[in-house]
Amino acid sequence: MQTLIHQIVAGLATGCIYASIALAISMVHQSTHQLNFAQGEMAMFSTFIAWALMQAGLSYFSAFALTVIVSFVLGMLIERFIIRPVGKTSQLSMVVVVIGLLLVCNSSAGWIWGYDVRPFPSPFPDDMRLLGGYVTAHEAGSFCITMAMLIALYLFFRFTPLGLAMRAAAQNPVSSRLVGVRVDLLFGVGWGLAAAIGAVAGITVAHVLFLDVNMMAGAVLYGFAAALVGGIDNPWGAIAGGFLIGVVENLLGAYVVGNDLKLTVALLIIVGVLTFKPAGIFGVQRVRRV
Amino acid sequence: MVDVADTMPVADAGHTKRVSFSEKWAWLPVLVIAVCLPFLVSDYRLFQGTLTLNYALVLFGLTILTGYSGQISLGHGAFYALGAYITAILITRFDVPYWATLPVSAVVCLAVGFVFGRPALRLEGHYLALATFALAVATPQFLKHKVLQPYTGGVGGILFTKPEAPFDLPISADAWIYWFTLFVTAILFVIGRNLLKGRIGRALLAIRDHPTAARAMGVDSAFFKSMAFAVSALFAGVAGSLGAISVQFVAPDSFYPLLSIMFLVGAVIGGLHSWWGPLFGAMFLQFIPNITDDMSKSASWAIYGVLMILSVFLMRDGIAGAINRLWGVLRRIAGARA
Repeated sequence: MQTLIHQIVAGLATGCIYASIALAISMVHQSTHQLNFAQGEMAMFSTFIAWALMQAGLSYFSAFALTVIVSFVLGMLIERFIIRPVGKTSQLSMVVVVIGLLLVCNSSAGWIWGYDVRPFPSPFPDDMRLLGGYVTAHEAGSFCITMAMLIALYLFFRFTPLGLAMRAAAQNPVSSRLVGVRVDLLFGVGWGLAAAIGAVAGITVAHVLFLDVNMMAGAVLYGFAAALVGGIDNPWGAIAGGFLIGVVENLLGAYVVGNDLKLTVALLIIVGVLTFKPAGIFGVQRVRRV
Repeated sequence: MVDVADTMPVADAGHTKRVSFSEKWAWLPVLVIAVCLPFLVSDYRLFQGTLTLNYALVLFGLTILTGYSGQISLGHGAFYALGAYITAILITRFDVPYWATLPVSAVVCLAVGFVFGRPALRLEGHYLALATFALAVATPQFLKHKVLQPYTGGVGGILFTKPEAPFDLPISADAWIYWFTLFVTAILFVIGRNLLKGRIGRALLAIRDHPTAARAMGVDSAFFKSMAFAVSALFAGVAGSLGAISVQFVAPDSFYPLLSIMFLVGAVIGGLHSWWGPLFGAMFLQFIPNITDDMSKSASWAIYGVLMILSVFLMRDGIAGAINRLWGVLRRIAGARA
């Protein structure tokens, strides 16, 4: 029983990361209808920025805040200068561009900061365990940071005019443009938010995964899985999918198939879910006129 | 349906447009050069040429799937791996001659592709892309699994000996493998082309451009779409077999997930609207990384990524489309002078 609780809690902790990545992916999909395969590499790049800022002498939280802002701006710039010129017309060209972006992020991070694996600090003490020893302070802290971010996003989308405009632009770009919403700019904000969310995920996970250019490779796959299972058109579904995948992955690894086939089984579940509910568990099935 | 449909005008202009002499016979000099290549370049370059042909075969399969049927697959690395492993296992465990493994891997990949293509029909656009990507991600892990280890050799993979030229022909093994690959590639190209020129190709185009109308006209869209998936899996599988024969080694980590994405990238950059696209795309995948590596060792992949993005910006219809346009311009200039 105790191990079961422990596995579930550990699953929720990793689920945090998957949920953040899934949310970022869903955010990009909402704004410009693409799958951003480069999301993980962008997050890794942001984490390196945070690391460099800390090396330069900033404290953890000021480096954190500055990185999130820088990532937001970088995300907007990427949308403006790389994504928008390609246009929404061709999904296939977009896949090529996004993969190009992935390679550029990955390789330039290695070029600037090197390819070695390095430890990443955490503001939470390592030797402290909470809730009867089930979680480490870092896990609890990351969970709180992720939750705070999600609540802030919820408040932003629910109660601010900009949030309302973004929801309108995602739902019906044409009508939104007609009533004076600057849809293109808001799509850029969507990309910026996604990059910022990725930065938060990268910084919180780097303490566990250690910082190196390939650190997000695994997490981004699960992030995609989470977004799909939850429904890529529904950000809250994507978050729920993230936690679900985190817990299921951990339980499967611990009790059913062992670590070798964890990924394979997780992916079989995705294909299974998609076969029966193609839009994901919480997704909206679109009905289109022909 | 998928937005892909809107972006691609009729890919196969051959039905309606009168094909000029130069366009119709352009393949002949290319084929002659390809056949003579072993006499012209070193064995190492020849090996690269063999790999380029393998890639071209995969990309041709993807062109059928994406260009004709409008489906996006990010999982063809899995079929490539499947073909490679079938060949390696048949050669090492059952002493099957290397050429006889090709039909086996073709049939198996066709069947697996059909079985996978059937449920994948429910998925469109991005969802299909990700479901197939799941396949690509699972493949290396699956190959490493201990239940399959006696057959697949686990992480270490399988090593086998290089096939020699038959009948004591006085040519190097590399040249022989190259000609063998060229022969198989050419045959599959012709088969694929004939398939797409006829009823099947027209049915696929109809489904891609207007699924509802196609269904109303009595086109069995479920069958044709899964068949397109199966045929493209066959191409990838045979290419995998040929790849295994030319490298004489298979290991799970050669079939990393990015390989599958790179196949799609190659197909798009080569050009999905042209028979030449797969060849150009394969050359891009094979040779550009070498060139960027020469330019800068540390940032080679960054340059490669920039080139990929630029190629999308500058050549909307891929390399084949750009060359086609250039050819048109040259002809107009020549025509104005004459």
